Amino acid sequence: MQTDIAKPRPKIDNVSRGFWDHARAERLSVQTCAACGEKHFPGSPVCPKCLSEDQSWVPVSGRGKLLSWVRFHRAYWDSFREDLPYLVCLVGLDEGPMLVSNLVGVEPEAIAIGAEVEVVFEKVDEELTLPKFRLRG
Amino acid sequence: MNDWHKLKDRIAIVGVGNTPYGNFPEIDDYGLGARAFRSAVEDCGIEKDKIDGLLVCRVPHYARMGEILGLNPRWTIQMPPHGRMSGMAIIEAAAALDAGLCDYAALIYANIGRSRRVNYGGEESPGVWDPWGFTSPGAAHAMMFQRHRALYGTTTRQLAEVSVAFRHHACLNPAAVMKQPITIDDHEAARPITEPLRLLDYCLINDGAVCIIMTTKERAKDLKKRPVMISGIGAREAYSTSSIGNFDLNFWYDEMRDVGAQAYGMAGVGPADVDALMCYDNFSPTVLFSLEGLGFCEQGEAGAFVEGGALKLGGRLPTNTDGGHLSNSYMQGWALNIEAVRQIRGECGERQVPDAQVVQYCGATPCSRSIIYTPG
Repeated sequence: MQTDIAKPRPKIDNVSRGFWDHARAERLSVQTCAACGEKHFPGSPVCPKCLSEDQSWVPVSGRGKLLSWVRFHRAYWDSFREDLPYLVCLVGLDEGPMLVSNLVGVEPEAIAIGAEVEVVFEKVDEELTLPKFRLRG
Repeated sequence: MNDWHKLKDRIAIVGVGNTPYGNFPEIDDYGLGARAFRSAVEDCGIEKDKIDGLLVCRVPHYARMGEILGLNPRWTIQMPPHGRMSGMAIIEAAAALDAGLCDYAALIYANIGRSRRVNYGGEESPGVWDPWGFTSPGAAHAMMFQRHRALYGTTTRQLAEVSVAFRHHACLNPAAVMKQPITIDDHEAARPITEPLRLLDYCLINDGAVCIIMTTKERAKDLKKRPVMISGIGAREAYSTSSIGNFDLNFWYDEMRDVGAQAYGMAGVGPADVDALMCYDNFSPTVLFSLEGLGFCEQGEAGAFVEGGALKLGGRLPTNTDGGHLSNSYMQGWALNIEAVRQIRGECGERQVPDAQVVQYCGATPCSRSIIYTPG
């Protein structure tokens, strides 16, 4: 049985590239509009608030609150089968935007919605590093 | 009064039809759509060639559907294969009929997802969150229910009441796919899929088709059955977190409040007047969210509201009397709308709500909709 099946990779394009460049350098970033200051994730070709194209990926603190979480018991990709069951979290960053990621280093019994979390980085290969989250403190 | 209130009791559903529901690898979506169309034509006794409006949903191509049915309408819409489209479609058709863009509209929905092994996640529906293993609409609902639990103390045993009530109705519905009664304990023992949701929180995936024929109040008088009127409609989208498909951090509460205010205001009724509710149930938690948003209870209280079989026939709010998506058929809202029509006509046999006068369809989704039906 093949166990080393590749997991799905992000779609890296002109809009999202900055996020993945920062992640490779272990920085979490959100797209920020130079015209109005709006911060958002995922990236967008224009600012959803003012429609400006003058946007860039600006590093954030990497801290936030756990808004919700789920535990997958079904593998929608064969490559995730050996990880089952695995935890997915929804994080509200201190800077505002929400993102979905994985919660690492914790058992489900210890998870509380509203808990403080912080980013950690998991290097997949030379091109790809995934931001994940752990409970703080 | 807003202008759209002029649509109150102007447009009727005059014919409804559906195929059997199940696993039909030998027939395609056009074939199923044609059978549902023929059944709806027979239901209202219309001359087929009078139909001059065609709306298709989850059917691959409107023109091929028209060719198959021998229709050359003057109004056509094709809608994407998303679950939230049925309410949108009926409202669009009502507006087109009122504007005179067509005189008789046939709305056709077909689904072959069971026989063609549709997964609703993974490679089939690539998304931003795939690298983290987050996929599927069910996972988004699990994320919402987890939050609802934490904020309001809602329990999985309360959530089970939804699945148990709808299965009870499916057991009374000869057309339903699922026929084995279930208990709250069965729900608790079912295998987890995306925890906290379990198998019995998930809708079915089955093949089938539904057709609805609509016209104006005046034209409806010439057809076979008593028309069912569209008395209220409400609509509101929530696109700001669309990259997490099927998700809203506040359970579409504000949107459903707005939808309810529109639909009840137009129909001149309130939640207490609703004899039966047809509630979009791709996953059981959305039923709780809908009840709160529409004002059947306060936000956070739907768990307590549904306890003790409140959603069953004879309970305080009979809901999804056909068994819903969870236990009748995954017709993405379309079967719920024809169930609403059949309840008002009194055609529902063992699952009939006595003297159903006000039946409400609702769906809490990124395109939330509600329609209130009354006898014509």
